[in-house]
Amino acid sequence: MSPFVVGITVFVLAAFVGFEVITKVPPTLHTPLMSGANAISGITIIGAITAAGLDAGSAVQALGFLAVVTATINVVGGFLVTDRMLEMFRRPRERVRDDA
Amino acid sequence: MIALLYLGSSIAFIVGMRRLGGPRTARSGNRIAAIGMLAAIVITLVNEEIASWGTVVAGLIVGTILGIWAAVRVKMTAMPQMVAAFNGFGGIASALVAAVAVVTSDLSELPLETSVTILISTVIGAITFTGSFIAFGKLQGIITGRPLLFPGQQFINAAIGIGAIGVGIWTLVASEIDGYWILAGMALLIGILAVIPIGGADMPVVISLLNSFSGLAAASAGFVIGNNALIIGGALVGAAGLILTIQMTEAMNRSLANVLFAGFGAADSAGGGTVMSDKPVKRATADDAAIALSYADSVMIVPGYGLAVAQAQHAARKLANALEERGIVVHYAIHPVAGRMPGHMNVLLAEADVPYEQLLDLEQADPQLPQTDVVLIIGANDVVNPSARDDATSPIYGMPIFNVDRAGTVIVVKRSLSPGFAGIDNPLFYMDNTLMYFADAKDALEETQAALLNM
Repeated sequence: MSPFVVGITVFVLAAFVGFEVITKVPPTLHTPLMSGANAISGITIIGAITAAGLDAGSAVQALGFLAVVTATINVVGGFLVTDRMLEMFRRPRERVRDDA
Repeated sequence: MIALLYLGSSIAFIVGMRRLGGPRTARSGNRIAAIGMLAAIVITLVNEEIASWGTVVAGLIVGTILGIWAAVRVKMTAMPQMVAAFNGFGGIASALVAAVAVVTSDLSELPLETSVTILISTVIGAITFTGSFIAFGKLQGIITGRPLLFPGQQFINAAIGIGAIGVGIWTLVASEIDGYWILAGMALLIGILAVIPIGGADMPVVISLLNSFSGLAAASAGFVIGNNALIIGGALVGAAGLILTIQMTEAMNRSLANVLFAGFGAADSAGGGTVMSDKPVKRATADDAAIALSYADSVMIVPGYGLAVAQAQHAARKLANALEERGIVVHYAIHPVAGRMPGHMNVLLAEADVPYEQLLDLEQADPQLPQTDVVLIIGANDVVNPSARDDATSPIYGMPIFNVDRAGTVIVVKRSLSPGFAGIDNPLFYMDNTLMYFADAKDALEETQAALLNM
């Protein structure tokens, strides 16, 4: 199989996994779920690092740099803000115990 | 070997996403996904032959600082626009990855499927970028929340869409780099034009859909650089975003096409009319509200975006506590489209330590309303509008609502009689068992609680 066909296969299977994993999520968690998923889509950061690492002139450097910055904002901000939200979903009792 | 290490990251994403779906496991799920991401970044830094470390490290540092700054500062009420902004950054990053692939290689020498995925990654990423920032602007109030419509809009959009396909084919056939840049520009324009005509009340759907798009952009970037971690992560997010999008449109009893293309809530499309606004309403004060509440056995609080705007979630919780001390049963009825993104209201109430068990969704809360003595509506409007049930000419006709008019007494806390985000008048306000309490949500709740203590 060509790499492209393998890629398509992986994509389709992963999409099915996504549908199966997400279908039964309670509405309460929709916002953190979306925000966490959003952070995962920042995986494009791998491509951004590869692009910025190329030594191919200043135009490529500029594009690569922008790609790394924006992807990093997506990843770092996304995971952090999701954690902040989920922190609040803990029961007050748990919070007290943690603080002690 | 390296591919196996990346597979570890992909597994972390799947496990993390699964755990994000359960209240008890969600936080650890997010962290597992984050660790998978960190591992993928480290693998890439070690494995790729990076020629210009300065650019990579500088980019990582700048992005990290900006990301932390945004995530720590954002208020919970502003979460929808924050997610929109992060979406946009992810989208443009994928488009830039594709752009670098074009610039550093010769289109005529690339295999056709690689060229196609480069174009797809660019187009979806660019649409996600501008679309997300228009959504950000609408939610932040920088751009009007009303749909912006102009004559021939759909014709122009269709022409640009077809034109983009033409330019894409030309770029591929002629291996023309200029065509690529024209296509990228058109995609940026399409993102703007696609979101501008959508009303603020429909932004939850738009954000869900753009979330799905940012995943698809990442997946197609994965095809461009030949990395399965991007394909798997992107496909997961694409699927998740799509499911949430469909759930949101179902909660509004509308099709996705209707949300995207109907210009819903535009000034002149509001059926049911504003003619009712002359009718008298029963005005109430804090004392009236407190008296009604104190005689109740059961109270249902219906929060809407007005509660979020007024930062009144803590005041609502305190009033609920005061009622519970009097032996009154209090629940919260959360409509699927309450707030500005799916589950937004739940986050705000969790911030105020409202117990999870008191939050009821539409199917749980609505059957209880006929037995409920007092319904307290705080800054909600369209989700309690009986027009959705009774008036076939109303734009929201058929949307599932809370039938609050079937409860004993309805107290509506609202700043003014102005129609809600969708711009539709609400007959509920003029009914005999409805008391209108015109005030800022937070002030109203605090004053009602004070009045209750004096009784």
